[in-house]
Amino acid sequence: MTISRRTLLASGAALGLLTACGSNTGRDGGGSGGKGPKLSQWYHQYGEPGTEEAVKRYAAAYDKADVSVQWRPGNYDEQTAAALLTESGPDVFEVNGPTLDQIQGGQVVDLTDLFDGVKDDFNPVALAPKTHDGRIWSIPQVVDMQVLYYRKSLLSDAGRRPPTTLDELVDTAKELTRDKAKGLFLGNDGGAGALGGTPLYAAGLTLVTDDGRVGFDDPAAARALAALRTLYEDKSLLLGAPSDWSDPSAFVQELTAMQWSGLWALPAVRKAFGDDFGVLPFPAAGSGGKPSVPVGAYGAAVSARTRHKKEAKDFVKWLWIDRTDHQRDFALSYGFHIPARLSLAKKADALTEGAAADAVRYSTEHGYAEPLLWTPASRVAYQDALSRIIKSGANPESELKSVVRKVSAELERVKKKSS
Amino acid sequence: MTTPGAAGAPPGGRWRRLAGPQNRTLWFWAFVGPFALGLIVFTYVPLGWSVYLSFFDAHNTVSPTDFVGFDNYTSMLRNDAFTDSLWTFVVFTAFIVPTTFVLSLSLALMVNRMRRAQAFLRSVFFLPAACSYVVAALIWKMSLFNGVRFGLANTVLGWFGAEQTAWLSTTDPPWYWLVIVTVRLWLQAGFYMILFLAGLQRISPTLYEAAAVDGARPGWQVLRHITLPQLRATSVAVALLLVINAFQAFDEFYNLLSDSRGYPPYARPPLVYLYYTALGQGQNLGLGSAGAVLLALIIAVVTVGQARWFGLGRKED
Repeated sequence: MTISRRTLLASGAALGLLTACGSNTGRDGGGSGGKGPKLSQWYHQYGEPGTEEAVKRYAAAYDKADVSVQWRPGNYDEQTAAALLTESGPDVFEVNGPTLDQIQGGQVVDLTDLFDGVKDDFNPVALAPKTHDGRIWSIPQVVDMQVLYYRKSLLSDAGRRPPTTLDELVDTAKELTRDKAKGLFLGNDGGAGALGGTPLYAAGLTLVTDDGRVGFDDPAAARALAALRTLYEDKSLLLGAPSDWSDPSAFVQELTAMQWSGLWALPAVRKAFGDDFGVLPFPAAGSGGKPSVPVGAYGAAVSARTRHKKEAKDFVKWLWIDRTDHQRDFALSYGFHIPARLSLAKKADALTEGAAADAVRYSTEHGYAEPLLWTPASRVAYQDALSRIIKSGANPESELKSVVRKVSAELERVKKKSS
Repeated sequence: MTTPGAAGAPPGGRWRRLAGPQNRTLWFWAFVGPFALGLIVFTYVPLGWSVYLSFFDAHNTVSPTDFVGFDNYTSMLRNDAFTDSLWTFVVFTAFIVPTTFVLSLSLALMVNRMRRAQAFLRSVFFLPAACSYVVAALIWKMSLFNGVRFGLANTVLGWFGAEQTAWLSTTDPPWYWLVIVTVRLWLQAGFYMILFLAGLQRISPTLYEAAAVDGARPGWQVLRHITLPQLRATSVAVALLLVINAFQAFDEFYNLLSDSRGYPPYARPPLVYLYYTALGQGQNLGLGSAGAVLLALIIAVVTVGQARWFGLGRKED
């Protein structure tokens, strides 16, 4: 038969429509295949080479389900948040949380029973923000932390000791600021994003108290944040660097003498400077202060929309609780993280010497994790105020007062929901 | 003649009637249908859904149950971050629309007068329009206007002994506007220049000849009394498009100023703010939808007002 042009166009259009409707979500409904049901597992993109292959290797080694790994570059938090609204999301996923609203909205599965007998082996600081009302909602995979990197030689040339108070940090940064290099890099926004609540903890305060109230309604908070403004006014801060604080490039390229960054940056810094660098916690602010370092953990969570809840839970238990060999490999072989399990962290050779050992010590002595009640809405309100204080010279007291008001309202909201 | 549907009508008469004379109705739907369907599924349903969501406490859900009435609207209107973002947008539009308009009109007038190399210059000025906003924003952020000494802007200023400026992080004076505005000017001036050129080439030369005979001096007088009135239709279209584009500003703001921890409180237009409220980690879809509805209302009022004022679509006499 002959095919007219119209028929061809029409069938082409129909085919196009049909294929556009199909999608591959990496999982299916039935339990076909030799390895049991299909599970889809999501990770955010890790920068270190080898990590992707490693997680795929772990998934392939599991014999009770057919686990397919999705490696997702880009805005991972937004992607998972959107995917959890639909049926096409992951079964098992890595999450920098979950957030309180995800827990209260019933989007993630309660994993408390998986921790029977091993709960005490998990880093308590990392586990705390995964826990709500005594239930645990994700299994910490690795612990990450942030520290202040400094060049030993530059400090000693200037006749300076590593700063132990915030005022000393302000002076040292000013002293080290030269024509070609600034004294301190806290991120291109002047520290509002990277530091977050760290200066408040350094002033002996908290973001949210244990009984669920605002933890920084105190004059010491305003004083600590005013010091950050001084750093900005002194022009001691590096701003507008090509790569932001999470990347050690600015420090390695000697654009700055000190930089706030993550523990993950340590191998790159060591490669560039050998022993000529050290790490510090964020120094104590004011008389009631103490040093502080932020600690956080990506956790493995199970989506409440999964069709294989039991299998998915079995899988995360197998990977992140039973298989300590995989956990050690994941934490230490590629990037530079602290294992979430205390027993593994103790045995990690890479973490027992030099600057790494210092960092690990800070994390246990001065570590704090953002509480679960510190919701994204509160964080935005606080971060906006911090940015205005640092860059525009807004009055810290009045800015903080309005933040306290907003955060109290937000805490009220989530409290109402959980009761 | 028998009326269709009468006793003796051929089989398939109803189908015939539906298909229209020469199958015209059928073909109308064959061509318009898919588009209309797409419009309904991907635009009107989400739009309606967004209005629905705006009346609920919809944290992390698109099928909420907690009806809150107008609470989302009142809290959005009382939220100074949202009202600030509206101001940001007003300031941005008030600056970018006239600037782009004047710049692209001047470019068009200049290129139009060129005797030689007109096609070449046209392409040169138009080329940036083919560049993606994201790519241009990243180039502006990382190489032209980065804050360190080897950024292009700082290198040039360094020759004159000025100290390095962190363009995107300085709020006093607000240097970040320089970066945001220049990237948009560079990207879109060429496109509107082409529109103006097309308008200019439609003006009949006899008008200019008549003006010359009547003693009009070339230059300002001719521009004011011949060229601009003749360009009216083009100008109205360009002004409308510029305002709509300014409303949609997101890409360059987001890519210039956001970082892994969020977005600074300055130069935050409404779309960026709503993106973080509704789609960021907060996932407050109810509040975000309320903001989106408010924004849509504002855009509708402004556009309708502008169209009325300019007399868009009115028959030219």
